[in-house]
Amino acid sequence: MCLAIPGLVEEIFHKEGLTMAKINFAGMRRSACLEYVPGVKTGDYVLVHVGFAISVLDQEEAQRSLDLLKKTGEVDSFKNELDNAKDYT
Amino acid sequence: MKYFDEYRDEQLAKNISRQLKETVTQNWTIMEVCGGQTHTILQFGLEQLLPPNIELVHGPGCPICVTPLALIDKAIAIVQQPDVIFCSFGDMLRVPGSKSDLLSVKALGADVRAVYSPLDCLAIAQAQPERKVIFFAVGFETTAPANAMSVWQAKRMGLNNFFLLCSHVLVPPAMSIILESSSNKVQGFLGPGHVCSIMGYKEYIPISRQYQIPIIITGFEPIDLLEGILRCVIQLEEKRAVVENQYGRAVTEEGNLAAQALLKEVFAIVDRPWRGIGIIPKSGYKLNDHYKQFDAELAFDVGSVATVESSICISGEILKGVKKPVDCPAFAKQCTPENPLGATMVSSEGTCASYYKFSRLEKKEASHV
Amino acid sequence: MSDLSQSVAIFAPVCPTPNNTSDVIRLGHGSGGKMSSDLLNNVFLPALNNRVLDQLDDAAVMAINDTRLAFTIDSYVVSPIFFPGGDIGSLSVYGTVNDLSMRGAIPAYISASFIMEEGFPIADLQKIVESMKKACFETNIQFAAGDTKVVNRGAADKIFITTCGLGILQYNPAPTANRAVPGDIVIVSGDIGLHGTAIMCARESFELETTIQSDSAPLNELVQEMLKTCPAIRCLRDITRGGLATVLNELASASKVGIEISESAIPIDAQVASICALLGLDPLYVACEGRLVAIVPDSDVEGLLNIMHQHRLGKNAQIIGKVSQQYPERVFMKSRIGGQRILDKLAGEQLPRIC
Repeated sequence: MCLAIPGLVEEIFHKEGLTMAKINFAGMRRSACLEYVPGVKTGDYVLVHVGFAISVLDQEEAQRSLDLLKKTGEVDSFKNELDNAKDYT
Repeated sequence: MKYFDEYRDEQLAKNISRQLKETVTQNWTIMEVCGGQTHTILQFGLEQLLPPNIELVHGPGCPICVTPLALIDKAIAIVQQPDVIFCSFGDMLRVPGSKSDLLSVKALGADVRAVYSPLDCLAIAQAQPERKVIFFAVGFETTAPANAMSVWQAKRMGLNNFFLLCSHVLVPPAMSIILESSSNKVQGFLGPGHVCSIMGYKEYIPISRQYQIPIIITGFEPIDLLEGILRCVIQLEEKRAVVENQYGRAVTEEGNLAAQALLKEVFAIVDRPWRGIGIIPKSGYKLNDHYKQFDAELAFDVGSVATVESSICISGEILKGVKKPVDCPAFAKQCTPENPLGATMVSSEGTCASYYKFSRLEKKEASHV
Repeated sequence: MSDLSQSVAIFAPVCPTPNNTSDVIRLGHGSGGKMSSDLLNNVFLPALNNRVLDQLDDAAVMAINDTRLAFTIDSYVVSPIFFPGGDIGSLSVYGTVNDLSMRGAIPAYISASFIMEEGFPIADLQKIVESMKKACFETNIQFAAGDTKVVNRGAADKIFITTCGLGILQYNPAPTANRAVPGDIVIVSGDIGLHGTAIMCARESFELETTIQSDSAPLNELVQEMLKTCPAIRCLRDITRGGLATVLNELASASKVGIEISESAIPIDAQVASICALLGLDPLYVACEGRLVAIVPDSDVEGLLNIMHQHRLGKNAQIIGKVSQQYPERVFMKSRIGGQRILDKLAGEQLPRIC
């Protein structure tokens, strides 16, 4: 429900005491507040919603889960992979 | 574009579609909670890639749609006070109140502005100390941290001319209400991906256990949704019911602790009326006592306005997933995006508006019921 | 007949009035969408219709003695008046040149009226007029007549320009919206959504930094090259307010055919896609000002694309779909992942969404 899109963290700066960054969205740039993603570095990808970075995108996890989808041609092997991934609670 | 193109890959979609067809042996009804997920499903014609046994119903995840009529009337009344600058997300401006809407009032000369971020309002407030700047704080848990930061920062900056008109709602109580309803037919959920990037998915575990219902925390791209549906169907076919995280690249079990901390600092949980549904206990946020000086409802006494909803509108049942827009006799006849009768047609994210815009070539829905 | 009015800005609000029958003009009536059509059908056409007006194409075509002419009018109320890639002056000339070109006419004469608000800086007016001069020179259209009016401060938003254009028709039949037939191919001349997003970024409230510029440009030369190679072009429409989807709907309606397009074939600049994604807008409905849609017989497509690719305004021309017998008067699109959906006409203005 909440429109958040991924962008690349470029220059980090401070404004009125808040940590901000210029975020690059495929060539278009907009600043976003980084207060909710402490520890984020330039070169990271973040999800930006209404001017705030709400999550740092886990690039390894993204790759892992896409690879899983791509290589499994059969449902049973997909299920096996899911079991191994232990996402369940 | 990174993180977009990969999740819109046709081959991958076909692959998952085939796996779904191989897995499913009976009819299942799955609800996607978020308006953004509904939007993607309809925008990409996702339902055409599903086997006919799977029915998707659309949930109440559109904060624009569920904002009470009375609050919109209040917003319109506040806008007309002297020296007010009223800021809002773009899609709230179209929502009709009992007699008017924010865009009409703007056209008559009121200072109403669409902004992208609540932080933008602070700059306006700072630059014009003689004016009162109000931000219409609408949204689910995803947007609440942004709004929380705006008042926290306003306090730090010593601004006394910035206010929030708050209409924050929470997802888990809404899901419980849907599951409690005697007419509920939802058997599995695609959970709210961005809400969970803030809140984590711990709150969904007791819901899954209590109602024995699979909940897959799902993203917003077509591949995310297809994968979420596949995982849900696998559980349903195996008669399991647990929470799974499809959206691992953005969501962790604990969520965003920094955001959660500020939400606790600024907001209190309260009962909230949901347009079309009614009051859901402990389902919303309001500014707590430490921040009540920023609460527009307290700062602006505009009285109460008698509100009248359309009698033929079935928004409530659509928001709960019990009915579809095509089941409504007024859909696309008296009720259209230019002439909306209720909440779900008003917002561009609302189920009825999405159906209208992305209307399908064949009406498959009727055959599923 | 061209659009009733250019939108004030891409966010020019539209009232979703609860009353179906409006007794006052609302901003929605100027959006180019359904309310505009209603106004046309309920007020203007009943009073003014005749065989010429009823063409309702980008420019009207008529004969005076043996001379075949194209005639059009449009008004420009864009804000801001100076934007990346152009200004209200060049926009007003190019827009009228383009409307004439869409009927295959050689632009000949243009007239303009200027309505200005008291207090509008003359230096700005000079810049705009200079820009119009350049645009006229570039398009070989001659400025023939003009008028100025001044209204009280606040009664107009800085400056409004209306331009009226006259052109000489070269081709018979002229490209016309109602000539598409099943089997024809649909081509777009370049990437979409630039003008609308550039305008939006020029407004401070969203603080988006981008290098994109409006695609505002004169299409007359490109069209002349296209028609020389392929005089059998059935339809030409420039994409303006309402975007690609709106133009395709107009053509489908006028020709009473279905139009089927493929999402992955539509050229979109990555920055435009990002801005639309960030704000929740659909690029298919975002305004352009220097792009056209051509519907051509299948046999002529290759030759036409070659010619288009050699022109700076056609170098990214693409086939995006075809005309179909299925679902007449509807436009449908195969999405990137294979599902299909109907592309409706723009119901109102798009507003950015958070959800």
